[in-house]
Amino acid sequence: MDRGNVETQIHAATYRTYVYVWIALLVFLGITIAVAKLSLLAQYSVIGSLLIASLKAGLVLVFFMHLKNEGWIVKGMLALAVGALTFIIVLTFSDVWFR
Amino acid sequence: MEKISSATEGSIDYTGKKIGMWLFLYTELLFFGGMFLLYSVYRSRYSAEFHASAMEENIILGSTNTVILLTSSFFIALSIAAIKAGRRRLSTGLQLATIICGITFLVIKYFEWAAKIVKGIYPDSSVLLGMGQGETLFFGLYYVMTGIHGIHVLIGVIIISIMLSLTQRGIINRENFVKLENTGLYWHFVDIVWIYLFPLFYLIT
Amino acid sequence: MEELSFYDEKGKYSGILAWLMSTDHKRIGLQYLLALICFFSTGVALGVLIRLSLIAPGSILNAQQYNEVFTVHGIVQIFLFIIPGIPVAFGNFFLPIMIGARDVAFPRLNRFTWWLYLTGAAIVLLSLFIKGAPPDTGWTFYAPYSIQTKANVSLAVFGVFVLGFSSIFTGLNFVTTIHRMRAPGMKWFRMPPFVWTLYATGWVQILATPVLAITLVFIILGRFFGVGFFDPSRGGDPILYEHLFWTYSHPAVYIMVLPAMGIISEIIPVFARRKLFGYHAIVLSALGIATVGYLVWGHHMFTSGMSDTARIIFSFITFLVAVPSGVKVFNWVATLYKGSIELHAPLLFALSFVFLFSIGGLTGLIIGSLAPNLHVHGTYFIVAHFHYVMFGGAGFSFFAGLHYWFPKMFGKMYSEKYAKAGWLLLFVGFNILYFSMFILGYQGMPRRYFDPPPQYHGWEFISTIGSWLLAAGIIIIFGNLIRSLFRGEKAPADPWGGKSLEWTISSPPPPENFIETPVITTGPSGYGKT
Repeated sequence: MDRGNVETQIHAATYRTYVYVWIALLVFLGITIAVAKLSLLAQYSVIGSLLIASLKAGLVLVFFMHLKNEGWIVKGMLALAVGALTFIIVLTFSDVWFR
Repeated sequence: MEKISSATEGSIDYTGKKIGMWLFLYTELLFFGGMFLLYSVYRSRYSAEFHASAMEENIILGSTNTVILLTSSFFIALSIAAIKAGRRRLSTGLQLATIICGITFLVIKYFEWAAKIVKGIYPDSSVLLGMGQGETLFFGLYYVMTGIHGIHVLIGVIIISIMLSLTQRGIINRENFVKLENTGLYWHFVDIVWIYLFPLFYLIT
Repeated sequence: MEELSFYDEKGKYSGILAWLMSTDHKRIGLQYLLALICFFSTGVALGVLIRLSLIAPGSILNAQQYNEVFTVHGIVQIFLFIIPGIPVAFGNFFLPIMIGARDVAFPRLNRFTWWLYLTGAAIVLLSLFIKGAPPDTGWTFYAPYSIQTKANVSLAVFGVFVLGFSSIFTGLNFVTTIHRMRAPGMKWFRMPPFVWTLYATGWVQILATPVLAITLVFIILGRFFGVGFFDPSRGGDPILYEHLFWTYSHPAVYIMVLPAMGIISEIIPVFARRKLFGYHAIVLSALGIATVGYLVWGHHMFTSGMSDTARIIFSFITFLVAVPSGVKVFNWVATLYKGSIELHAPLLFALSFVFLFSIGGLTGLIIGSLAPNLHVHGTYFIVAHFHYVMFGGAGFSFFAGLHYWFPKMFGKMYSEKYAKAGWLLLFVGFNILYFSMFILGYQGMPRRYFDPPPQYHGWEFISTIGSWLLAAGIIIIFGNLIRSLFRGEKAPADPWGGKSLEWTISSPPPPENFIETPVITTGPSGYGKT
């Protein structure tokens, strides 16, 4: 039965993908620490570290959490939740920053 | 058109259970979100004090913990792939590795907290209050956010242990693995929260 | 042959355990209904006590007691009655049936939410009676007072925290159920409007309640560990407490009112014998209210010290959220136009909803305007406004649904005569009680004062008389329903000529709802030529 062979290949590919993602995550971690230590771009450090963190979070979401394979309903729900939190923070800052 | 489930005996709605788990994670997102909101407001008001307080944090321990959690996510993702391939022993081994990572994370956290408490830096202490308002807020947020995150790690460790037992007994297998997959989703979420906590408390320049 | 009803089903347990341990959405819904009615009645009693204390200058309750009574009145009516309210009673009972399903997506989670509700309620009640004092902070638990007061705030707040999870899991269950368990042919835009409102509400429960949860945790941490996030002496900001609190508590009012609007959209077509006017607009307006309603919380904080920028933005969005509500009112009225009206109790309550909610909504626009808000914030004008929308709105809809679905749930008909009598007393009493408060508020009477200054005596007195009429009406309504449970005529499957799926099965329904899974071919349909 060839099916077992195909399945093994699919699984091997999956394992490989996970390894690449893991390495990428560690690399990004290294970058984010390096950027922090450099303190060259001090005023951009918040945005920079949040951007890199979001890249890492994105990798975890897309690959480890299989968001890549999910339909638009799951993706849409995620967008809704993230959007809700974003609006809450933005609207609160419309108060905090302009007092 | 979505596939409709009829919830008859014996059949489970795999997609439905996954959707339920994602929805639960969104509640967790908003729960932690409230804490991140407070952090961002106070950071914008007390940026110098937050910077000074972050020096108190141990970057080596924090980075190590980050590596540990990222790797634990890697392990549990692999464990799900393994059970889907019918490789029960590999899956349980990887789940065990995840648990060990989680416990190690908590142990390191314990040492970090102990180091601060010994110095008198904890909520409501005279030392902390004497340090200034920005510092008081920073460490208050530190303890609350890493504490609540730590509770989530602990709960995750317990749940993965239960999944380990179920996998060993064959209840989680290559046909029925949604419980493990949902556990993985939860664990990845806990990892993502730490991915954001780490730079915000350890890497402020 | 007598069909087996869900009451008769024999499971693993007997007696009261057969109900407490049941995962049948119908049994869970009925248990919730009983609890809700008990807590609502308690809340009404507390309200009558408040009004009694305000009937004349001087006081029956001293200042401390008064603070405790209005706090508990708020906590009970809001967290134990109206927020769980329509979703847990009628949503649980009817959502699966209306989409042609056997049960919800997660029946054991559903049972867990019932246990969580009981636990949370017990913890809240415990906080009233154990050593220390009942909470005296108002149901809003504003910091810093909530952090400092000696009252049993931590316990009460923890009870609300537990109740919050009951709400979250209910919403999660309903959203998943609607996505996954619709019968063949039950497309999204064929679903009854009540189901749409439960869907929108479920999302609000999922995305808003956790913010309350973390806020309550902050209160407990502040009280126990001195974590002073809202304490100015520790760099904290009390306005941030208000932001976090209202980020939940404003969407919460849409948790209360959206399902209520869904019920009205079910009842009016049936008793006007006309297809619902503008089904798509009704559906989209429900989603619109849920979405926009998420972004207006700052209108509770116009006098708190927020920035002008924020105040303008929140006021503007508040005006926007009135639009979809208006769409619904217009469509309901259009449905009635040229209809063949049957003025049974459900329609009486539904029409009252339209009238009372409109008053509440329009006064909301006054309050949502920045300049008038400065004058009426913290006055009885606000108290009147929210009672008109929450009680006149969601509360009356609760009664409407209770009468509409009574035959289906219990297999008996209630007495129309007494239902209408109860309604009349309730409606008249309600308006005397609360319209007086608009006048009082406009005249400047602040809220939460235990002894009104003498110049307000006239309208305070009239308002209290209204509360007695209202209470009498409620007693008649509940008395009628309880009596009808035992003495009522047997109800047919479809006493009203309704078109949704619940009217195609027996009254009360069989354990599995449908003998055969229904196949749907049309949306909510009309009654012949329009």
